Amino acid sequence: MGESLVITSGKGGVGKTTTTANLGTSLALLGRKVALLDADIGLRNLDVVMGLENRIVFDLVDVVEGYCRLKQALIKDKRFEGLYLLPAAQTKDKTAVSPEQMKGVVGELKEEFDYVLIDSPAGIEQGFKNAVAGADRAVIVTTPEVAAVRDADRIIGLIEAAELPAPKLIVNRIRPSMVKKGDMMDIDDMLEILAIELLGVVPEDEMIVVSTNRGEPAATLQGSRAGEAYRNIARRIQGEPVPLMSLEAEGGLLKRLKKLMGFSS
Amino acid sequence: MLDLLNKVFPKDNRSKDIAKERLRLVLVHDRASVAPQFLEHLKGDLIEVISRYMEIDDKGTEINLTSGEESVALVASIPIKRMKRHAGTW
Ligand SMILES: Nc1ncnc2c1ncn2[C@@H]1O[C@H](COP(=O)(O)OP(=O)(O)OP(=O)(O)O)[C@@H](O)[C@H]1O
Ligand SMILES: [Mg+2]
Repeated sequence: MGESLVITSGKGGVGKTTTTANLGTSLALLGRKVALLDADIGLRNLDVVMGLENRIVFDLVDVVEGYCRLKQALIKDKRFEGLYLLPAAQTKDKTAVSPEQMKGVVGELKEEFDYVLIDSPAGIEQGFKNAVAGADRAVIVTTPEVAAVRDADRIIGLIEAAELPAPKLIVNRIRPSMVKKGDMMDIDDMLEILAIELLGVVPEDEMIVVSTNRGEPAATLQGSRAGEAYRNIARRIQGEPVPLMSLEAEGGLLKRLKKLMGFSS
Repeated sequence: MLDLLNKVFPKDNRSKDIAKERLRLVLVHDRASVAPQFLEHLKGDLIEVISRYMEIDDKGTEINLTSGEESVALVASIPIKRMKRHAGTW
């Protein structure tokens, strides 16, 4: 029996879909059987980020409406052993699936897969409720901005109300040089305000854009800092205690200056 | 070096500190308004405690959050009907 995780956020555009794609790929690279479930009905994206958009025949709504069996709707990612995608419907709306039906689909997937990663839509309406319905745990994604953290707080409350275990936080799009200057909230600020445990930190990384263009998750790229961060997070999801990577490894200006002047930090 | 930086950008002017402070304040309101019944519970508890010391008008009791520029305060207005007589000291 596998485990289901919902990747959610409150505010839109903070990186849920990117995170779902990269964590799924990373877990598959670790040898796990993974199903990615796009719960963003009407605005499906995960297929495109994964580069699988041309292979869709059936979708989640076809499954719950009984037009096909679950196995028929699952798209096998030929690049990564054990990785599958269940796409959302693009033409239906969020009410096409009920929380109960979602629970059923996720339950069935958990019998086959080690991990079911559910990509939640933004917001707190029906789509969010559906995405959470079948989840055993929740991962909250935020960016280091007031509005995103504020919405994350609301979502944490709703996850508690749904009686899931305490969610964990991924802070996405951190820019170490801005944090250093005091122009971006740092991780500790956010953890303190939200009173939540950290699952990982993903830096802002142009490779994310490039890899999304190509439909190849950055987790597969050795040179990508964000990809490395996602691979580390996947190992933490498996229960391995992986330390946070140093975001300054590449060396901001200040750090390089300090080095030149003989200080080290 | 760091000292110099801190002088050029005094702590409170760093935009991250402003962000953190704004977030702290907005979440006081958000969290209170998500569970409006919490203020009612608090009011009940307050009335109970204060009634041990004085007779108050619980119907006239009001409690609210008010926000200023830099802080949020809990403001209670509790009309007192009568003070209880307390055993004085000799
Ligand atoms: N670490 C990162 N570095 C650079 N760009 C990123 C990073 N994470 C996400 N992005 C970009 O941000 C945009 C939004 O990401 P994504 O679609 O994953 O967000 P989302 O939370 O799923 O959005 P929605 O709420 O619309 O579903 C995308 O263009 C993505 O490429
Ligand atoms: Mg998305």
